[in-house]
Amino acid sequence: MIKYLRTIDEQCVGCMTCAAVCSRLYAKEENPAKARLLVNDLGANSFHLVACDQECRRCVAECPTQAITVAKSGVVMIDKKLCVGCLACVAVCPIGAMRYYPGEKHPFKCVACGACAKACPKQALEIATKDEGEKA
Amino acid sequence: MSELKEFRIGDFPVLAEQRYERRPLSRGYNMRTLKVDVGSRGVEEKPVPEDMKKRFVGGKGFGLKLLWDGTKPSTQWSDPENEIVIAMGPVCGNTNYPGSGKSLVVSLSPMTGIPIDSNVGGYFGPYLKFAGFDALELTGKADRETIVLVDGNEGVVRVLGVPEGLEYDTHLLAEQLTRSLALSPDPADLQAVAVVSAGRGADHSPMGLLNFSLYDKRRGGIRVKQAGRGGIGTVLRDKRIRAVVARYRGVEQDSNGAADPAAVQRIGLKLHREIVKNDDRQCKMRKQGTAHLMEVMNDYDLLPTKNHKYGQDPKGPEIASWVWEKLLTQGKPDGCWFGCTLACAHAVDQFELQTGPYKGQKVCVDGPEYETAAGCGPNLYVYDTHGILEINFYCDTYGIDTISFGTMCSFLMECWELGVLNAERTDGIDLSWGNWQGAAQVLHDMADGKRFGVLAGKGVKYLAEHFAKEYGADAQLMRDIALHGKGLEQSEYISKESLAQQGGYYLTNKGPQHDEAWLIFMDMVNNRIPSFEQKAEALHYFPMFRTWFGLQGLCKLPWNDIEPADNARHPEPNKVPEHVQNYRELYTAITGEGLSPEELILQSERVYNFQRLFNVRQGHGRRAEDRPPYRAMGPVLPDEYLAREERYDKQLREKQGLDPAAMSLEEKLGATRRYRLAQYESLIDAVFKRRGWTADGCPTPEHLREIGMDLPEVLAVAEARIAGKI
Ligand code: SF4
Ligand code: SF4
Ligand code: SF4
Repeated sequence: MIKYLRTIDEQCVGCMTCAAVCSRLYAKEENPAKARLLVNDLGANSFHLVACDQECRRCVAECPTQAITVAKSGVVMIDKKLCVGCLACVAVCPIGAMRYYPGEKHPFKCVACGACAKACPKQALEIATKDEGEKA
Repeated sequence: MSELKEFRIGDFPVLAEQRYERRPLSRGYNMRTLKVDVGSRGVEEKPVPEDMKKRFVGGKGFGLKLLWDGTKPSTQWSDPENEIVIAMGPVCGNTNYPGSGKSLVVSLSPMTGIPIDSNVGGYFGPYLKFAGFDALELTGKADRETIVLVDGNEGVVRVLGVPEGLEYDTHLLAEQLTRSLALSPDPADLQAVAVVSAGRGADHSPMGLLNFSLYDKRRGGIRVKQAGRGGIGTVLRDKRIRAVVARYRGVEQDSNGAADPAAVQRIGLKLHREIVKNDDRQCKMRKQGTAHLMEVMNDYDLLPTKNHKYGQDPKGPEIASWVWEKLLTQGKPDGCWFGCTLACAHAVDQFELQTGPYKGQKVCVDGPEYETAAGCGPNLYVYDTHGILEINFYCDTYGIDTISFGTMCSFLMECWELGVLNAERTDGIDLSWGNWQGAAQVLHDMADGKRFGVLAGKGVKYLAEHFAKEYGADAQLMRDIALHGKGLEQSEYISKESLAQQGGYYLTNKGPQHDEAWLIFMDMVNNRIPSFEQKAEALHYFPMFRTWFGLQGLCKLPWNDIEPADNARHPEPNKVPEHVQNYRELYTAITGEGLSPEELILQSERVYNFQRLFNVRQGHGRRAEDRPPYRAMGPVLPDEYLAREERYDKQLREKQGLDPAAMSLEEKLGATRRYRLAQYESLIDAVFKRRGWTADGCPTPEHLREIGMDLPEVLAVAEARIAGKI
């Protein structure tokens, strides 16, 4: 089983609550550029939410120090102690879910903790599970 | 692999120990180098003066400067004062820009007697840098087998003795040292150890190389990259150094102390993305490494076949890139330093050896890279991938340069074909074309220091003279087909049809190595540089530009083995202008100093001219030494001419106004030869003029002042040569 953050774009109104909660939790400041998920404004009140699908694992294969591993829950995690900050993982991520903030040493990504899902007023996010190989 | 004996750190007797103050790097520099004399067991820290940084920049520049200061005009490669200098450069060690982990190694070469420099991956260089030093000088001669250990976390340099039972050949030795000297068996601690070593072959042949290890977590064992050219491994073993080890844990995004770490990230990420997007459509480095070149070279008649006699063969596709892709383990991030997403350092895993002391064992073969696949493949008329891999593996573990070995063996095989060699003279080894087992036997003999291997291992310059003298071979023919310049075997591209590339190989400081200029397509295929002046300009710009990688600790491959999608639209696509811009920005992001395109070339030009004068100081660096053997310039033998008769006849008509129909084959060969030799002389004139050198190839004092390489000791050498005193 893989635990992941399911995103439901149709419900999102772009209020940015998720990004605020996430960045406060992990970066100790409110800054959407440091949030582990991304709210893309497509215009015309339409939004695209980006968070790691915990499934493609391209970053896991690419990391030269094996700093990125898959936890028992299926969540893809970065071990900062092993990370050398090369950003190869950012480059290979097909959906832009692996992010970094200029000048910070390590990249970051969604770890499916669910804090944002709890805070989202529109239920555009939820923690879900899927089987290996099954697309969300 | 059989069980390896493991040691503990306490098993290595401490012969000398010196602590040093650890301090972080600033803007890519430590401003400090380390000198270890294994003879006196002295360890010395040396500050880097501002002037040295300004004039020599780092990497190869620092290496040559330290080597110059540490040796004398009379120093021979085997004198104790000869040094091996391993130097990195300011950009080296950043983890963001692909290709940023190179060490530059210099020494007085056993093959040429002049400075050699080699550019190599692996973790040693960056670890040494993070340990606190911009370069390491190894000098002296030990009275017993010695290991030098630099521990960057503890801040200590140790000269160690060698316990009984420690291996010699690299695939065992580096593995053993990695496991024995790591602080724990945790893979992160194993990855924190980097080993530089040679092998038994380097004990007995001047073409010994240095292996630089990296611990590969996914494979659970060490890998090696080679400082191959010019015999530096032989110098290491002559000093009785078994290995040099760096230990450093804690590499971070900004271990290099960049002036603007965010800019380093931005520039690096841009190239990562370009690679991820374009590599599959361009060179396929991530899947095939440099072996992607095989069929391209065969198609263009450029793949050395039978000692560079021919450039292609119908069997070419048997060793094409797609064949290698199947053999090379796929899907691993095979960078030779963290952050290289071009990741060309592939390997063939679980390869079962068929010959030699490790016969029957399954090993990991690092490579093959193009040079090895070509030089130990078609150049020996070997189209059996197993044979190429077996030679590749044994060359590495014995510490033998695959390029010199390939070119040397192809010379031997041609001598066999010509009847100069026979079973009696080779101690029974059959050196018929294609017999890779014969070549492998020569290699095993070299490692054992026995039989025919001892003679063969001396290299083609020696062998050509020896065969003429001892076996009565035609001395001119031997000189023609012994592919070397200054004593160094030529690397593996056919240069016959490109005058510019003949210059690219032979108008070089260290000998015919393709790292200065690769102009074949520009010259021969695309005809972009038809005049002598244009060729000379290319033979100025490209060697200077490529020298810059060596000053910085960079790999050349991410410069033009990956290109921006719109590169071809630029008026000078061969320079890959967008990447040159990246390099300038990267340099600034790390050092905090601006770098104009002109200053970039000037940085190189200073060091390039310094190296030329180093050659002069050692009694070399003359025009006559910059001439290729004729095999590199044109057809030597009648059947060689006939194989490309149409091409050569056409040239006689069009370039010389001769009528080939009215000429004998011998006359045609002679006319072609005279013409090509004369062309080369004109090329030398144009190139030396462009470089600011005299007709004999000595940089003039005026030129040295102009470029800022006007140190008194350097000017004195130029003046002495021009006055005819040296
Ligand atoms: S940035 Fe860190 S986690 Fe990402 S690939 Fe590089 S070392 Fe691994
Ligand atoms: S971060 Fe990107 S590359 Fe890694 S598993 Fe998630 S979606 Fe895939
Ligand atoms: S391109 Fe290849 S040789 Fe160059 S740094 Fe990357 S892995 Fe190493």
